[in-house]
Amino acid sequence: MGMILEKLPGITKGMPGGDLILTTADALIDLGRKQSLWPMTFGLACCAIEMMGSYAARFDFDRMGVIPRASPRQADVMIVAGTVCKKMAEPILEIYHQMPEPRFVISMGSCANCGGPYYDSYSVLKGVDRIIPVDVYIAGCPPRPEALQYAFVKLQEKVAKMSLKRGLATPQQEKGSRDLTA
Amino acid sequence: MTSEAATAAIPALRSDQLFVNLGPQHPSTHGVLRVGLTIEGEVIVKAVPDIGYLHRGTEKLAEARGYHHCVVLTDRWDYVASMPNNLVFCLAAEKLLGVKATPRADALRVMMCELNRIASHLLFVGTYGIDIGAFTPFLYAFREREMILDLFEMVCGARLTYNYIRLGGVMVDVTPEWTAKLKEFLEYFKPKIDEYDQLLSYNPIFMARTQGVGLITAAEAVSWSLSGPNLRGSGVVYDARKADPYCGYENYDFDVVVGKEGSCWDRYFCRVTEMRQSVRIVEQVLAKLPEGPVMAAGVAKIPKPAPGEAYAHVEAARGDLGVHLVSDGGVSPFRMHVRAPSFLNLAILQEKLVGMKISDVIALLGSTDIVLGEVDR
Repeated sequence: MGMILEKLPGITKGMPGGDLILTTADALIDLGRKQSLWPMTFGLACCAIEMMGSYAARFDFDRMGVIPRASPRQADVMIVAGTVCKKMAEPILEIYHQMPEPRFVISMGSCANCGGPYYDSYSVLKGVDRIIPVDVYIAGCPPRPEALQYAFVKLQEKVAKMSLKRGLATPQQEKGSRDLTA
Repeated sequence: MTSEAATAAIPALRSDQLFVNLGPQHPSTHGVLRVGLTIEGEVIVKAVPDIGYLHRGTEKLAEARGYHHCVVLTDRWDYVASMPNNLVFCLAAEKLLGVKATPRADALRVMMCELNRIASHLLFVGTYGIDIGAFTPFLYAFREREMILDLFEMVCGARLTYNYIRLGGVMVDVTPEWTAKLKEFLEYFKPKIDEYDQLLSYNPIFMARTQGVGLITAAEAVSWSLSGPNLRGSGVVYDARKADPYCGYENYDFDVVVGKEGSCWDRYFCRVTEMRQSVRIVEQVLAKLPEGPVMAAGVAKIPKPAPGEAYAHVEAARGDLGVHLVSDGGVSPFRMHVRAPSFLNLAILQEKLVGMKISDVIALLGSTDIVLGEVDR
């Protein structure tokens, strides 16, 4: 509780029967959101092995509040870990729409960013951002688990800036949304 | 038997059939495999694997890359064990070019492939545990796997996609610090395999879920062209390292591990026991590591082999991995074909899943240990 009070801007005051906290709804909701970003376990290719490594003993994603969920209905973040082929593009779009809002996308690795080593392949989508909006890109082939953790830190920074007034849109989406549901 | 024929045989008992999509984002399909299951009650009457969700066109891309560049593509077939992929392409290309790797390079290749086999089997132990419902072995197996990845990173700078084995040899020699660290790891690792046996192999729940499930007889395994631990789990003694030795495997003393009845547990246990054999091989390589250069002289920067064909195959972590190269004398292969063990191991599922209970599907699917990067390429 002490940590939460430290991070919330506002006033705390002892009251009979409990403490009173005066803060903004934005700050409270964003704090909760950013400390529990649950990604979907959704591996496509090589990067998925590094993603699994991030959940395992050495890198231990749990301490950042990142706990993998098997269902898109329970997930906040989609980690696109690997090459997005044209056949796989449609399921990815479907899964993206199954996730509840607000939803975030991390594009992991060169393949998901731009096609990577398969830039000239007939069957590979040249970047997952052609079908869904991406919040954080990670370079590498495959990126190290540390890079994925850094991406989550960056995503947390972004989530901390969200506000209720702008609806659920992040600042980037407000400027020019490429969300196909819009 | 088709689903229609299966239900027509028992008209009185016919109930509604249900179509269930397994994948392509199911956490236990180890990638992007989709299996269309038609179930009746709890029993599967039809199973159709649908692949191609990770088809990256590697074979076609190789026709537009130089021979050195193709090695980079091979890393990404079986991304859990990349070293044998590098090796098999280099062996085929070296046959075309008429180059032979130096003795030290051969020894280093064997050592790296065996270390990578251990890393790959560790990943299998961890993920198969999760498939069956045991999460803890995953954390233990990955702890040791990270140490092997550290060794790879020390020698070539990459954790997964190494590009270490090159035409004519290997990228760089190992240092004395590296060999010291490897010895340290081997001493640490040997007792750990017993720990996995205690944790998972002889766990009564795990054995109940996997023993006697997904039986594949030796004749079926051969006729479906299985290879690797899937074939040996059925009791067939075939290992490319013994049957057709390459890189000096004939100089090392190791056993071919076989299972008894071809159940999921046998295939699992084959892999666990293979790790012990791999440790044996690595120790022998370390003991008699020859001195000398690690790269053969005379490999051109832009190799142009004479027109012809070459085939090479190695025992990769998942089975008999082969590459067929055709050269027309140009700078890139005219055609490259990959005999991918995962692809052939996957094919038996459509027959074996029929008649199984739905709860055993993942047990069988997980025990074949497919990597979709290699299935689809």
